[in-house]
Order: sequence, then C-alpha cells, then structure tokens
Amino acid sequence: MNDVLLSAAIMGGLATLFGVILAVAYKFLRVYEDPRLEPLVDMLPGTNCGACGSPGCRAFAESLIGGESAPSGCTVSSPENVDRVAGFLGVEAGARVKIVARLHCAGGRAQAKQIAEYEGFTSCRAAAVVGSGGKGCPWGCLGLADCDVACDFDAIRMNSNGLPVVDPDLCTACGDCVEACPRDIFELVPMTMPLLVQCASPLAGEDATNLCTVACDACGRCAMDADDGLIVMDNNLPVIEYARTDLAAPNATFRCPTGAIQWVPDGQFEGTVEG
Amino acid sequence: MSLTIRSNSFRHGIHPDDHKEQTAELRIERVPFVATYVLPLSQNLGAPSQSIVRKGEAVRRGQKIARPGGYVSTALHSPVTGTVRAIEPRRHPDGRMLESIVIDADPYDPQLLPDQPPIDWESLTIDEFVTHVQEAGLVGMGGAAFPSHVKYKLPDGKKIETLVVNGCECEPFLTADHRLMVEEAARVVRGSEILAAKIGATKTVIGVEKNKPDGVKALQKVIGDRTDIEVAPLRVKYPQGAEKMLIKALFDLEVPSGKLPLDVGVIVNNVATMAAIADYFDHGIPLIERIVTVSGPGTGQPANLLVPIGTPIRALLSHCEAITEHMREVIAGGPMMGLPLMSIDVPVLKGTSGLLVFTKAEQSRLPEFTCVKCSRCLEACPAFLNPSRFGRLAHAERWDEIEEYFVMDCIECGSCTYTCPSNIPIVQLIRVAKSAIRKKNRKK
Repeated sequence: MNDVLLSAAIMGGLATLFGVILAVAYKFLRVYEDPRLEPLVDMLPGTNCGACGSPGCRAFAESLIGGESAPSGCTVSSPENVDRVAGFLGVEAGARVKIVARLHCAGGRAQAKQIAEYEGFTSCRAAAVVGSGGKGCPWGCLGLADCDVACDFDAIRMNSNGLPVVDPDLCTACGDCVEACPRDIFELVPMTMPLLVQCASPLAGEDATNLCTVACDACGRCAMDADDGLIVMDNNLPVIEYARTDLAAPNATFRCPTGAIQWVPDGQFEGTVEG
Repeated sequence: MSLTIRSNSFRHGIHPDDHKEQTAELRIERVPFVATYVLPLSQNLGAPSQSIVRKGEAVRRGQKIARPGGYVSTALHSPVTGTVRAIEPRRHPDGRMLESIVIDADPYDPQLLPDQPPIDWESLTIDEFVTHVQEAGLVGMGGAAFPSHVKYKLPDGKKIETLVVNGCECEPFLTADHRLMVEEAARVVRGSEILAAKIGATKTVIGVEKNKPDGVKALQKVIGDRTDIEVAPLRVKYPQGAEKMLIKALFDLEVPSGKLPLDVGVIVNNVATMAAIADYFDHGIPLIERIVTVSGPGTGQPANLLVPIGTPIRALLSHCEAITEHMREVIAGGPMMGLPLMSIDVPVLKGTSGLLVFTKAEQSRLPEFTCVKCSRCLEACPAFLNPSRFGRLAHAERWDEIEEYFVMDCIECGSCTYTCPSNIPIVQLIRVAKSAIRKKNRKK
C-alpha cells in the first residue's frame, strides 16, 4: 500500500513541479501575438506565392498588422477579399494596380526561323545550356514550356504556335515565370499600360527580321509617333515608361513594320488562349 | 618533395570505342585560305576581349586586333592579312549572337608571317612572362579555352614542382594532339622547356595514352637521355585528359574538392598549348591557328587540318566533303564533352579541337526511363560523385540539396550518361543545376 502512495506522491510532486515551471515560463517567455493574426491569415489566399514581397502569407499578415504594407499588396486576392481584409483591419485598401506577367516575344513556330532541331531533354533551361535550342533567334522564347510548368496558378498555357499565353485573370504576378525563363523575357507589367513590346532582340534592320518576321527592327517609329516621354529606344528596342499611362495611345503601333509593338486595350490578345 | 611517377591510371572512368583510326595516320594539312574570317571577341572562358581595330582598317596576319578585356581574358590576333569588314554580332558556336570582328582576306596577299626575332624569355620576370602569354592570346587548347596566363601567375607562397603536359586526348575520334606529338614533338618539348623554366618546375612529365605509341616514340626521340623531362605512357581510359584525373593517374595524388592542381604543386597544360608557347617565344607568332580534327561517319575525307582561327566551319566541312544530305549532327569538340552546333555558319575558335559529323544512322534518341538504381553511373564517375542523385534532384529542381552533394565538383565528362541504361540525360541535368546554382549565388 505504501508503495502505491509513494509512487502517487512522486508522480504528483513531479506534475506539480513541471506545472510550476510551465506557469513561470508562460509568464516570462510568452511571445505576444496579435489576436487578429490568425483570422487574418485565414482570410489571405494561403498560396505563399511571394508576389507581395513577403516570404509567405503569414509574414504578409504580420506586416499588414504592423502597418508596413497595404491589403492591396496581395495581388492574388480578389478585390472583394482585399476590401474584406481592409475592413477587418480598419485601414485603407490602398491603390490597386493589376500587374501581370508578359512575354517579350511573339516569335512562335510560324514567325521565328528554326535553324536546327533540338532533340534533347524537353526543358527550356536544358536547351539553353547546350547550344541554345533550335530557334535562330538567341533572345526569343525557346517554347519548351518551363514557364507553364513553373506557374502555380495555371495562368500560362502553351498555344499551338509554341508560345506561352498568360491569362491575365489567373496571373497573380508572383514572378515564378520570370524566374524560370532562361532567356529572361518575362516581365511583370501593369495592366493599365496597353502598349506592349513583343521582342527582345537587340539586332537592327534586316539582321533582326532575317531571324524572325515579327522582330523589332529598331526603326524607332513607335518612339517618334508616341508622345514625348512614353517610349525611348534603348539597345535597339523600344522601352515603354509604364508609369505614364496618361500618354498611352495606339498611334505608336500604327507604323510598326513588323508588329513587334502591340496595343492591347482589354488585357488579352484576341484569340490567343486555347485549350 | 618531388613527385614520383606511378604511370598507372585513375579509378572509375569508362572505355568508349576510340574511333581514332579514321584520322590517326593522316598528316596535318593546311587548309586553303577562305574569303572571310569571323573572330568572336568571346573566345576564352572569362571576360571577352575588346576590339582595338575599326571598320575598314587594314590588318596584317598576326596583328593584334583585340586587347584583353580583363585579367581572365586574352588578346586576339588577325589570322589573315586583309581588311576589317565589320564589327557586329555574329553567331557564336554556342548559339548566341556575339560581337565579332569580321575580316575579309586579301586574295592577292601571300599570307606570310613577318619574320620576328625570338623573345628573350630567359631574362623576363615571371610577371612579364605572364603578360607576354596573355598578349600572345594563349588559352588551354584542349577545349575549355581557359586563359593560360592565369594558371602561370602563382599566388604568393605557392610553388610548382612539376609541369604536366597533357597529351592524353582521351576523347574518341580526336587526333589533333596525337598528330601534333608525332609531327611536331620538338615544338611540344621546346614549349614545355620554356614554361618549366619560367614557373620553376624541376620536372616535366608528358602524359600520353598508350594508344598513341608513335607519339610516345616521337617525344622520346626529341627528349633523348634528358632527365628533367619524361614521357609517361598511360593506360587508355576516359576521361584521363581531365586535369585532376591525369594527376591522379600519374602520381596517385588527389586534388581536393574545390582546390586547383597548383595546390598540390602541379600545373597541367595541353600539348597544343605548349607548341603555341614555343611558336610565340621562338618565332613571335601569336595564337592564330590551331589543329582541328574533322572526322565522324558523315565525313567523306576525314582530316587533321591546320586551320586559321575564325575560319567558317562550313568551309572546313566542305573541304572534308562532309556536307551531304546525310549530315545530321555536327559536334564541335569530342563526342563526350563537345558542343552540338545549331548552325555550321559559325567560326572555329581557339578551343575547337575537332568537328565531328554524324548521320541519321548514328542518331539514337532513346526514351528516358526512371532511374533503376543500378549504380553504373557511380562506378563510372571519376570524381566519385553520385550522378544518379543529381539526376533526380535536378528533375525536382532541388538546387540547395544538389549543391550539398558537391555538384560543382562535376567535370561534366559524360561518363554517367554514357553508362546509364535508362537513357537519363544526367550531364545535361547537371548543367541545368549548375547554371541554376550560379544564378542563385549571384543573387546573394
């Protein structure tokens, strides 16, 4: 009988001791967490895409509570959800500019000259490390769909012309495709700018058009026709000042001899999304 | 400490068919001059050279036309007398369009090199010697085209005991170095002598694989009974021509991971680079031409050619009757590590050791299967790495993990891919991984 009591006393004593340690630890080592954090994390999309600049949704929620960023910084959330988050925190939603990934290349199979056959491992990065694939243009899209594979939101599809097409409704501007592309021809651009340059070749004149029928031949007409400050020619390519949406007008594209610069008013190329 | 030669071989590695019979007995012949030469400014590893000529300028054969664009960079010289037609982007053998100097050869010029007095190399300090080598445009001519002078500039406190001259030529098909050793053994030995004297090496070892007995004999005849220089015949094995493998094969000495041969007191140089050193210091001729083996089943007239750098590959292939309807694939370099060309309208570079033409019959694009964990790649890997794991991690894009498995120690010799029964393109995956890791580390 004594044994039973003794063991019960030891166990009880230990339990009390650990209980006290835990109580003390709770008192002194406790980390304060804002009670709004948990519900806020639940409101965010939970994709941890990193488009907001924070390492994940939880880190973004913390920066929201700290007032370091605005709810509109989350590009994945729908406008309603952004408003809901703003209402929950009692802050302004912030200016929301829809950003999408755009490809600076329109040279699909039909346009860009194929000068060799690439028969290796099907991946743009793999082709880029062995002799640059088969397309004559060494700056253009390789067409082996690394961006399609990298996109977590299913916003990129390869069309029958061998080019990736970005669905602006699904694109969250997370930047995974920018990262995946070995040719570095994806760029995150604001949807408010309907002018788009679809070429990355620094060649000029026939040197450029010999490689691809829709190449920019650096004639500079778009820069001349557009209002001052919208387009400048740099390294034989037009560079658009994305912030100057007030100047954007389709007249910059009218005299383009190859169609390398495009006017895309409703955010989507006509008939380019398939399957 | 002097290293003793064991003349055995390294562990692991493979034994591909060497296919050298097509060109091994053929004398080196000079190709006729062509109308236009294209010299990309990026000829060596490291920074591109910077052009010092202008469009329309007349240039002489052997004249310097570009200066080194940095420390890890070399000068470039005109291979012909003629006129600079343009300095513009032209296609490089790696597929990119890169700034190149285009020279039209003067059809009425005899293309003779002016007679230059020998350079008094014995009185040069090591720094002056290094600058001379850089100005001569010398690069490692085995294929990697690493600027040679960088190897000769030793960090403080390092001492070189042994100069290893690499005459292995372990890649199948290639016989350029082999023919050089047979026909120009004196130049190889002379270059080695100059270099050994300048870097303070007391011993020179020329490593040659046993499948080139005539090369060994020619070198031995030149050397005679000297003791400071020696020819070491090696068992035939791929990739014996890789620096670290060669050091292991000769001296049973391992160069640690992330270290260079000079950390164990050795410098390794290709035989063709040695001959180029002799040309420069004895005759003032910079690196303007090299020997290229044109071979492969698709070649009508295989040959070992002495080619001015910048010659269009199309001209060489038509000279060797390789441009036929059967031509399917052209590789610059050896079949194991060479570069598949996307276009034959690209020039021969300082590092182009061979051109191999293959036809439909040799092509086999077999379907890739899952790794069956047979471990053949592990047994083949001369760097004692785990290629099977690299393949799987690269497929999964787990770059951090793959770096922890020492992927950067891979010499990309291709032995793993050669042995893989599942046809996994391991080397290509490793290259993707390496470029991803470099990109990642640049960002940091």
